[in-house]
Amino acid sequence: MNNVYYGRLVFELSKPGRVGYSLPKSEISGYCISELPEGLKRQSKTILPECDELTVVRHYTNMSNNNFGVDTGFYPLGSCTMKYNPKLNEELCALPGFNRHPSTPVEYVQGSLKVYDEVQRTLAEISGLSRFTLNPYAGAHGELTGLMVIKAYHLQRGDVARTKIIVPNSAHGTNPASAAVAGFKVVEVKSLPDGTVDVEDLKPLLGPDVAGMMMTNPNTLGIFERNIPVIARLVHDCGGLMYYDGANLNPMLGVCRPGDMGFDVMHINLHKTFSTPHGGGGPGSGPVGVRKGLEHLLPNPQVEKKADGTYDLHCDAQSLGCISSFLSNFTVIIRAYAYLLSMGKENIPMAGKLSVLNANYIKECLKSHFELPIEGLCKHEFVFDGLRPEYGGDHHDPAHVTTLDVAKRLLDYGFHAPTIYFPLLFHEALMIEPTETESKDTLDDFIAVMKRIAEEARDNSEMVRTAPHNTPIRRLDDVKAVKEPKFTFKNL
Amino acid sequence: MYKYFPHTSDDIQQMLGVIGVQSLDELYAEIPEELKLKRELDIPSEKSEVEVRRIIGDLAAQNKPLLCFAGSGSYDHYTPSVVPFLASRSEFSTSYTPYQAEISQGTLQYIFEYQTMMADLTGMDLSNASMYDGSTATAEAMLMCVANAKKRNKVLISATSNPQVLRVVETYAKYHNVELVKVPAADGVMDKAEAKALIENDDVAGLIVSQPNYYGIIEDFSGLADLCHAHKALFAVNSVASALGVLRTPGEWGADIACGDAQSLGIPMNYGGPYIGYLCTKNELVRKMPGRLVGATTDAEGRRAFVLTMQAREQHIRREKATSNICTAQGFMCLFVASYLSLMGEKGLREVNEQSYAGAHYLHEALLKTGRFEDAFGPKPFLCEFTVRVKGDAAELRKALAEKGFLLGVETEGMPGCLTIAVTEMRSKQEIDSLISNI
Repeated sequence: MNNVYYGRLVFELSKPGRVGYSLPKSEISGYCISELPEGLKRQSKTILPECDELTVVRHYTNMSNNNFGVDTGFYPLGSCTMKYNPKLNEELCALPGFNRHPSTPVEYVQGSLKVYDEVQRTLAEISGLSRFTLNPYAGAHGELTGLMVIKAYHLQRGDVARTKIIVPNSAHGTNPASAAVAGFKVVEVKSLPDGTVDVEDLKPLLGPDVAGMMMTNPNTLGIFERNIPVIARLVHDCGGLMYYDGANLNPMLGVCRPGDMGFDVMHINLHKTFSTPHGGGGPGSGPVGVRKGLEHLLPNPQVEKKADGTYDLHCDAQSLGCISSFLSNFTVIIRAYAYLLSMGKENIPMAGKLSVLNANYIKECLKSHFELPIEGLCKHEFVFDGLRPEYGGDHHDPAHVTTLDVAKRLLDYGFHAPTIYFPLLFHEALMIEPTETESKDTLDDFIAVMKRIAEEARDNSEMVRTAPHNTPIRRLDDVKAVKEPKFTFKNL
Repeated sequence: MYKYFPHTSDDIQQMLGVIGVQSLDELYAEIPEELKLKRELDIPSEKSEVEVRRIIGDLAAQNKPLLCFAGSGSYDHYTPSVVPFLASRSEFSTSYTPYQAEISQGTLQYIFEYQTMMADLTGMDLSNASMYDGSTATAEAMLMCVANAKKRNKVLISATSNPQVLRVVETYAKYHNVELVKVPAADGVMDKAEAKALIENDDVAGLIVSQPNYYGIIEDFSGLADLCHAHKALFAVNSVASALGVLRTPGEWGADIACGDAQSLGIPMNYGGPYIGYLCTKNELVRKMPGRLVGATTDAEGRRAFVLTMQAREQHIRREKATSNICTAQGFMCLFVASYLSLMGEKGLREVNEQSYAGAHYLHEALLKTGRFEDAFGPKPFLCEFTVRVKGDAAELRKALAEKGFLLGVETEGMPGCLTIAVTEMRSKQEIDSLISNI
């Protein structure tokens, strides 16, 4: 990453009279927008800049130099699975043959429909479920869709009393938010000191008003919920369904499938487990899978493989409805297909195992310097509760070095920060997920830097508290951004 | 080992030693045996790059090309070569959501530019950093209306909206317990008298209209904003983004919320996605706005810089009380829109609209002249999309033209025998003439 800060906006590069495009001269004359009634036309000028092509290319290229990505460095970002994004996938999803209008008759897009169906089937086998829809756009959209499946299931049985969704207090923030958008009341279940669901706390919450329970397994602390068979039985016995948040699916690949754990509905983040790029906040993809008997509830339209081997789109009258304009982020699905084909049955399970190896290795190497609240084997990620007291991390000392400080100092050393202050179970949570695509060499560098930061925190805490020092810009004034809100160039 | 795994066998042995286990399988020791999969996954074996390229290349080739005369939510506009080129910068595409602002100014800056451009095109004060698509953006607009009204639970939506949008909004309404009422159409546009009567009941949280509407018609929304505001309802306008370069903006109609899809601003059709939903509003509604927002601030040395802000609205802090569950959306597509609009400018966007307008009106006139088509609703103002009734079997005609290589619009939902046809600046006069001669 370039340390010279490029802070200009394209509006500041504009000069009247420049153009950055070329269109053919119109061969059709006699029609002009000025014919439209005056009251239907735009009244105001726009703010759009006037730029030549090189100005635009240089502008965005300079901006990219102020950006960190997986291709520039290591992201130990918990619950985000920032693995390498293979370049073959980029090449294939951009093939002109896939750039089709979404209302093209199905006979003319058989190749695209086959991609969709193959990905759907492969995900079903990997998850131990019956069928997937790839229509949801992202993980949270998948959660919402999955919760709609649960609601539709109860309503179609005529059971209108199930208004509650149970969510562990360690859950991703999207879980309760998705449940609320789907019109459910959220009930929290407590965690035991080892971070797993407290079954005794769960029992009294169960009853005829429970629609289902959402869980992540391994949970957000990277701990496998060993009681999952008991929990699933309890929820099923009271008539509820089990929802699996697939954000943490990576370590389970080929080892232990959500369907076999007792889950009925789940989502997968293709932009986590199946290597599609995160794009600085999407486009992602959040396929939703269901166990046998719930397939008809999946959103419309559904891709169907017919007996003669051709593909069709169909709408099921019992479906929960539509949740997207078309078939979602199609090029993301093509990327995931390329990844699944490339990896095959040999490497997909290996991805999970190596991600667990990497996480445990970092944990063992750093627990001398950082507070490890939960001992034992983790899966793909784990959580430190800040620096150990002897390295300036004593929470009771008002001058202690915080997790935020450590995170910012890491940026100086060329690493992205871990996920911080999540899960909410610890004051100074620092959540690390290395993924399988990082080498031991990279992990050793990261471990050395983390130890060095701990020593700096002990010996020169001011330097850590004022970090970062070497990034294109320094720490930002978040309070000012809220108190004097400026969301557009016009406000500057 | 494998091209995406950097571990050597030595590395693995050393790491296992540090952890204190004998094998990779032992890392899963705590998982009950009965939960484990005791067989290989039943999926194909690994394939080389050469093979994967062949398999997927063959599938792409199975998609037969059709010359596009369809719109209805996805438009075949010109994308300058610079747009996908810049989007291939992996410093942008492989980055995470820009929570660490010090190393994410690239992402934050293009989103800020996108927000500025969308707020300006819609005539609103601000825009968020993207929604999934135009349909879900409209569903979120509906949820904003309800959240704003507090005690009202009814939202009106024009029946002239794109059915794709209607279906998604209906789904969100059903599951969020919102009473969604369709305002019927009269002669291809929303029946304003019906809307007025409903709003005057004083139980409506908001009204959502569409521009141009599903049939391609440009509707006149005069008086609707005042009517809504007099009855404490919000007024939301769903528009095709590129049309905002020439059509009266949601802001100029007095709207509180502007929403829709911005695929028409430089994003390829890609069989339906990724596209980008936009959602814009007024300053006073910012705290009801779902999704991420980028704001300007300063760093420790006083330099202007950009940061994700107003996060107190979002799900990682507010959890079940958040404005929505939106987290990852379509952030990267902001780069497409911002770079596209930077190249096109106001002049280019106008030219795109003028050429689309000319092509669509030329085709429209030629179709009527054949005597085999008539306007579905009589003469109406339109931009680049129109609906005609086919004298004969519309579905058969569309099928026959597909066999000749043309995608002639979409079959208009709810209007048997009609087609909704679109023309963009991508269609030359020769291509339009060729279509006409094939009819």
